[in-house]
Amino acid sequence: MLAQLFTSFIATAAFGILFHAPRRSLLQCGFVGMLGWLVYYSTTGSMGPVSANLLATVLIGIVSQGFARLYKMPVIIFSVAGIIPLVPGGMAYNAMRQFVQHNYPQALELAISTLMIAGAIAVGLVLSEVINQIFRSIRFRPHIKKQ
Amino acid sequence: MNNHSYPTPEIVEVCLLAGKLMMQNGAETYRVEDTMSRIALAYGIPESHSYVTPTGIFFAINNSEPAKLIRIVERTTDLHKVTEVNSISRKISTGNLSPRDAVKELSKIECGPLRYSNRVQLVAAALASGCFMIMFGGVWRDFPAAVLCGCIGFASVQYFHRLVRVKFFSEFSASFLIGLLAALLTIAGWGQMMDKIIIGSVMPLVPGLLITNAIRDLMAGHLVSGLSKGADACLTSFGIGAGVAVIITYM
Repeated sequence: MLAQLFTSFIATAAFGILFHAPRRSLLQCGFVGMLGWLVYYSTTGSMGPVSANLLATVLIGIVSQGFARLYKMPVIIFSVAGIIPLVPGGMAYNAMRQFVQHNYPQALELAISTLMIAGAIAVGLVLSEVINQIFRSIRFRPHIKKQ
Repeated sequence: MNNHSYPTPEIVEVCLLAGKLMMQNGAETYRVEDTMSRIALAYGIPESHSYVTPTGIFFAINNSEPAKLIRIVERTTDLHKVTEVNSISRKISTGNLSPRDAVKELSKIECGPLRYSNRVQLVAAALASGCFMIMFGGVWRDFPAAVLCGCIGFASVQYFHRLVRVKFFSEFSASFLIGLLAALLTIAGWGQMMDKIIIGSVMPLVPGLLITNAIRDLMAGHLVSGLSKGADACLTSFGIGAGVAVIITYM
């Protein structure tokens, strides 16, 4: 478990470098990625990969939005780095490998799970934005009334 | 807000340049459209229409003016540039930047150097490969092998891309090299689980982000950009899968 935490932190921060994230955001990127991977890793056994990805991504989105406001940087820096351990790139590659090796049933199965997981991550990101907007509109309503 | 005090062609130029920079460097489609209309609004133009795709942006601000088009040829991910364009658009919104100065600053961003040198990126890709190998259930004994494969793979994809400018070919050859190296290392006894080593080392190349972005665009109703990003992602993962499969089949 400790090894998983450590490697997910390093891997996410390294991806921050590959995506040219600003230097002062790398630690936060690593933290967001570690958090997402922790949630995914500890829930995937009981919930299945799709729900686990959804849960992890919603959390990543909420934390990224908090960081974005805190550090005055676009949300995309944190959320992109954070979802890197979750995105089914390895699975997409595996699916293609099975296709190329003529294992069509297995390839189709992998391709469909790839799409499902990618969909779950996309839904998770949108959901976290919606939650954030609802939260903000509730919090700021009193100020608007005062004016 | 100053009403129509700037000539419209200049405003359009700022919007298009900002949009192009953001799209080139990996921003989401909705964010590009949002930024362009915000800039136009800040310069006193309440109504603007943009049509953003991964390969080109159309932008029109009045019914009297013709729409303008800007072509996007190459796309990478450079979040630092996205951040800088973002802060410039914020400056424009507060009214501190004329269109002419904005174009100057945006061009400076466009020609700006990469944030991290090639060497730093190579180290990052190598480390990420090793870490992903562990995350996907590999053993620590394979760590050096995954780091080496990831390093070679990332270096070769960049080298081949500079050489031939065909994305598919560079990804195919890089993953071919990764597969070859992983197989050789396993045979030589430096690695145990060849499969995990390969998966870890291709992670810096695979288009995971592109797949997620594509689905997100589709859900937001940006059908054209969603489909084209999806096609791009499929082609890339096909290239990588094929490169490795050649090795696995003939081993």
